[in-house]
Amino acid sequence: MNLRRDVFQAIADPTRRAILLLVASQALTAGAIASNFDTARPTVSKHLQILTECELLEQKQTGREIYYHINAQKMKDVADFIEPFRQMWDDRFNKLEAIMKNYQSKK
Amino acid sequence: MELKTKIHAENGQHDLVITREFDLPLELLFKAYEEPELVEQWMGTKVLKLDNKKHGGYQFETSDAKGNVVFKANGTIHEFVPNQKITRTFEMENAPFDVQLEFLEFEQLTGDTSKLTMHVVYRSVALRDQMLQLPFAQGINMAHNRLQNIVNQLK
Repeated sequence: MNLRRDVFQAIADPTRRAILLLVASQALTAGAIASNFDTARPTVSKHLQILTECELLEQKQTGREIYYHINAQKMKDVADFIEPFRQMWDDRFNKLEAIMKNYQSKK
Repeated sequence: MELKTKIHAENGQHDLVITREFDLPLELLFKAYEEPELVEQWMGTKVLKLDNKKHGGYQFETSDAKGNVVFKANGTIHEFVPNQKITRTFEMENAPFDVQLEFLEFEQLTGDTSKLTMHVVYRSVALRDQMLQLPFAQGINMAHNRLQNIVNQLK
């Protein structure tokens, strides 16, 4: 259960989602991944660590380089990628709540 | 941070349930669905038509800053019971998704709190899963657009 929540937290971040998309098309080294982002290298490393801990990414040694692969099975488990959908509705309903509280106090 | 909105979607089913508790009296929650000006505010879209009654319907349209229409949706209202229930269809125009059926139920919890339960039925399991993934795909697109903007600035 705890792991499941962590996975959702992992994919809730837009940079981490972009990393997953990059790696989904081909296995890449940490350096190659980082070169796609304007973010500091240690920040990208941290994202990679989180994604690996959640088992969304796997590390495989090829020669002297470590490549990141997507863990397709895990991605499928998280499936439905329900979290951004929930976030979208939560944002919308938060807005509704704020607008109606304001509406009430104006009356 | 715990989100107040819950989504219940079972694997292999072609429906889902969205629930949310509001710090609002039932009447105010319902009003947010009833008044076109309020719908416009919280949905962030223009309401072209909102005929809240049995056999009624609605039309929404959203434009970008340049005035291009980026989103159009419409639906038919099958049931409209104030402070209790709205049954309606929802269809995105110019999009490859079939119409969906929505059952909205409004409940009072206490004098100041209320609950909305939204049961959405899609034509197929695949379509439901596609709709669930849509915000994820959009998030990726947004991340890509940001990357593209950064790259363009470097040129």
